[in-house]
Amino acid sequence: MNSLAPRSDFPLLAANPGLHYLDSAATSQKPRSVIDAIVRFYETTNANPHRGAYTLSVQATDAYHNARVRIARFFGVVDPATLIFTRGTTDSINLVAGSYGRSTVRAGDEIVITAMEHHANFVPWQQLALEKKARLRIVELEADGTLELDRFRETLSGRTRIVAFSHVSNALGTVNAVREIAALARAAGAVSVCDGAQSAPHMRVDFPALGVDFYAFSGHKMCGPMGSGGLIGRRDLLEAMPPYQTGGDMIEFVRDSDTTWNVLPHKFEAGTPSAADAVGLAAACDYLDALGMDAVAAHEKTLLRLAYERLAAMDDVTIYGPVPEKRSGALSFTMTDVHPHDLATILDGEGVCIRAGHHCAQPLMRRLGVPATARASFYLYNDEADIEAMVRGMEKARKLFAGAPAPSVGEIAGASAS
Amino acid sequence: MDLDLSPNIQAMFQELILDHYRRPRNKGALPDADRVIPMHNPLCGDEIDLHLKFDGDRVSGVAFTGRGCSISQASASMLTEAVKGKTRAEATALWDRFHAMILGDQEAARDKSLGALRSLSGVSRFPARVRCALLAWDALKQGMKG
Repeated sequence: MNSLAPRSDFPLLAANPGLHYLDSAATSQKPRSVIDAIVRFYETTNANPHRGAYTLSVQATDAYHNARVRIARFFGVVDPATLIFTRGTTDSINLVAGSYGRSTVRAGDEIVITAMEHHANFVPWQQLALEKKARLRIVELEADGTLELDRFRETLSGRTRIVAFSHVSNALGTVNAVREIAALARAAGAVSVCDGAQSAPHMRVDFPALGVDFYAFSGHKMCGPMGSGGLIGRRDLLEAMPPYQTGGDMIEFVRDSDTTWNVLPHKFEAGTPSAADAVGLAAACDYLDALGMDAVAAHEKTLLRLAYERLAAMDDVTIYGPVPEKRSGALSFTMTDVHPHDLATILDGEGVCIRAGHHCAQPLMRRLGVPATARASFYLYNDEADIEAMVRGMEKARKLFAGAPAPSVGEIAGASAS
Repeated sequence: MDLDLSPNIQAMFQELILDHYRRPRNKGALPDADRVIPMHNPLCGDEIDLHLKFDGDRVSGVAFTGRGCSISQASASMLTEAVKGKTRAEATALWDRFHAMILGDQEAARDKSLGALRSLSGVSRFPARVRCALLAWDALKQGMKG
């Protein structure tokens, strides 16, 4: 099978024909159209938005506003003022924790997260709970790395203020039942916060249909520039929330002793915005929509099934997370005799880029009982050849390390004989 | 064994390193250790406890526990063989030479006084693995400070 998007659309991939980039869950490569849009902004439209009384600044303001409208549409959002530009998912979640969380959570309240969360959707809530003397409750995973709704039902109560969970796990690939979890949160009187870092790039995301109160995403994982991203929120909640950061652009009147705030979305966007990156992210939405997000999801599923089958057939490979039907395009695994870090180095020598480590999910790694895993993740420019290159590299690593002890994973007798 | 691996990869994962990984020397707790220095690499989860016993100014016993990749484990194993019997000053000097070699100092890589440790010189070509090779050595440096 071929890739969905031609490699020639991506300057970095086009310049490196032997490169097998399987780390898109960390960051995606960027299409020429996105890079060009950023360059074009700086070459033709660069001025500080919302500031100048001159034509160029108005053009920059328009470009920034139009980017917001375009990106909001990508997520099915008709009110663009409810899309706050941030530096990415981490920034977005910190915004919710620092503003909504800090202003509403009281001692004795409960914040519910899950055991599969990325540190970005774990640490802000943990720290908020510590600060407020609230209780952090962690919904545990089933043996196959999925979340059961009954566990949420057992955990949520009238004390729950916030339920924060990922749409798709970055380490396991598990796709969660967002609508159902959001409904349970609402029934308990809590707000829901969905970490969309791994869903926005890979599937059609319709914010109103998800039913969550907040949705955070990163631009750089969906063909957009690094340092771009956003928070989508319910208007009534965003309007009631205090600012997250203060400074220029987010104010209405600054008097000597107090200040009033600008309207949405500006209330949450202090300082000069990264307008060029917003324009780049809008171009990424154009690129993805031209391919079709359903086609993107289907392509990744095909690659995932193929990789899953190849790895599941290896006696010395342990795959973490659910069956392909319940997951998105990220595959975490370990090899009995080859440490993930060593595997990543050997694959690197074969031109194959994978992630090795804890995937910013140490609480999950503790539960899996491994300090690290290897992770391959797929995107629209990947094809079967990328998977075959990884498999060939794994075979070389297996031969090189045959007979090595397995200090970090349980030994499986005879598994290394190949 | 010809696996058709790149020369840099072969240079890093050479037989001596794999041997120390497969059969680590002095691995296990030192019951009467004077100091146990924990060191970990938060990026990859590798963990090492370096156990040191001193006889006056001299390292009379050294061992390690922990888990990690081949480079961190082999480097720790080789460290225990290289450091035993050395004075604090000698161990610190060895640290300096080893550190320089791992960071790419060609002259240090040719220094015969480093002995078997020179087999780790290939790590310098892999910036992502430098921390692995230095993990146990960072613990040693702490252990040599009074």
